[in-house]
Amino acid sequence: MFSTAADRRVLDDRRGTRAMTWIMAIMLFLTVLAAALGLGTVNAADALDRQLAGRLTVQVVSADPAVRDRDTRAVLAALRGMPAVSRADPVDSARLTEMLRPWLGDASTDADVPLPSLIDVDLSVPSEEATARVAAGVRATAASARVDSQSRWLSPVADFMRTLIYAAAALVLLMAAATTAVVLLAARAGLETHRDTIAILHMLGSTDVQVARLFQRRIALDTMVGGVIGTLAAMLAIWAVTGQMAGLGSQLLSGGVLTRGDWVLLALLPLIFALVATLAARIAVLGRLRQVQ
Amino acid sequence: MANIVQFEDVGLRYPASDADTLSAINFTLASGGFYFLTGQSGAGKTSLLKLIYLAQRPTHGVIRLFGEDAGALPRKRLPGFRRRIGVVFQDFRLVPHLSAFDNIALPLRLSGVPESDVEAPVREMLAWVGLSERSDAPPPTLSGGEQQRIAIARAVIGRPEILVADEPTGNVDPDMAARLLHLFESLNRLGTTVVVATHDFHLLGRIQNAHMMRIEAGRLLDPTGALRNPPKAPVA
Repeated sequence: MFSTAADRRVLDDRRGTRAMTWIMAIMLFLTVLAAALGLGTVNAADALDRQLAGRLTVQVVSADPAVRDRDTRAVLAALRGMPAVSRADPVDSARLTEMLRPWLGDASTDADVPLPSLIDVDLSVPSEEATARVAAGVRATAASARVDSQSRWLSPVADFMRTLIYAAAALVLLMAAATTAVVLLAARAGLETHRDTIAILHMLGSTDVQVARLFQRRIALDTMVGGVIGTLAAMLAIWAVTGQMAGLGSQLLSGGVLTRGDWVLLALLPLIFALVATLAARIAVLGRLRQVQ
Repeated sequence: MANIVQFEDVGLRYPASDADTLSAINFTLASGGFYFLTGQSGAGKTSLLKLIYLAQRPTHGVIRLFGEDAGALPRKRLPGFRRRIGVVFQDFRLVPHLSAFDNIALPLRLSGVPESDVEAPVREMLAWVGLSERSDAPPPTLSGGEQQRIAIARAVIGRPEILVADEPTGNVDPDMAARLLHLFESLNRLGTTVVVATHDFHLLGRIQNAHMMRIEAGRLLDPTGALRNPPKAPVA
């Protein structure tokens, strides 16, 4: 078997342009960005789920302020008596008025505008059944009250995030497929470039596996070096974007910050791609060599 | 002595050709023998050697190599057989971007010899062919004669069971030719079967008990070995 140094000399490095290294750097840069988008979206979706799971809003809608106040107190008392409810607090009317100001303007403070009373409810154990039980209890207490699950409001957002996750996963798979295709082309081009050398090696008793190993090592090295460059560049870009996201003060975006495990996974991508490239090179070279005597 | 190579009614026709390059070739090479293969250019010497060193499969007939039917060998067994055969190619076939040292070391490295055991024999071979000072030189910077010596060193360094040399002295001066022939003779004494294709009739008388095979128009003349102890004068 060739030693590593002797191995590197057998395939003439000067004849290869080392373009492979830079192609792999670009592939890994894009792959890491796509993977980071997917992982970040998974984290944001999880954070959203944690925040919204088991949270309900009860609205008491009545044009008559006296009826509304009475029903609100009754519903609040009923909620606090339910074992499925861990917390039930009325939303401060001043805060509600402030929240509506962008839409209603000064009318939000007008006593003639019938704003509903809102009660924030946390369930002890979030479930569809618990939500249904609470809704039934609330309706039995006050006909003007209705229960909204917060997760239902944000289900289009959750759907969008799921689509983003699938798109990111598809991108990563596409990049892996493109990398494999690049490796196959590079291996075939390399075989053509080094055809004379390979013929000599065969005449001297080289096995196909020995020849394949020369290409495998070279392509693995190119992929690894290019991959590390691309991954580091992508990680720097992600780190910069993450910093900007934190500055936006959005709960949803800050939930998408990558965890330490995510960073480790991203850092492993060049290694995974190098393994894929090595395998692809081996299959390509052995397949092509079997066709020659 | 056992037969190491046996040709039985062997013929060869290249795909692009409409005539046989070799036909009805029958001969045996005894293990440990020294053989000269002579003939005019185009007679089929190189084609015959290619069949011996497994660069070519016969169109018909049977070639037995080391006791096995070489034509029926599966592809995966060819490397093992080729490692038992040292070849000096007519066009040297050195790897142009490797140094003289690395070219000579190739058979050892392919055979899995540890790197620590590669340097000494390669240096010894370089000294033997008088190219110690050129060990780092790539072949394109060497003269034809120097390249030929590197090719010979590469062919013999693995102590092959058969050494096949195609015009091995074509590019060297008479002194170096004699020295290289002496190297072949030394290897032969150690048990290597040597087959040398040559135009140089001066070489033929230099090896005691060498056998001579002559090929003309793709047919082997006197395969019985009657031309043993070759004539002093060129055969017309």
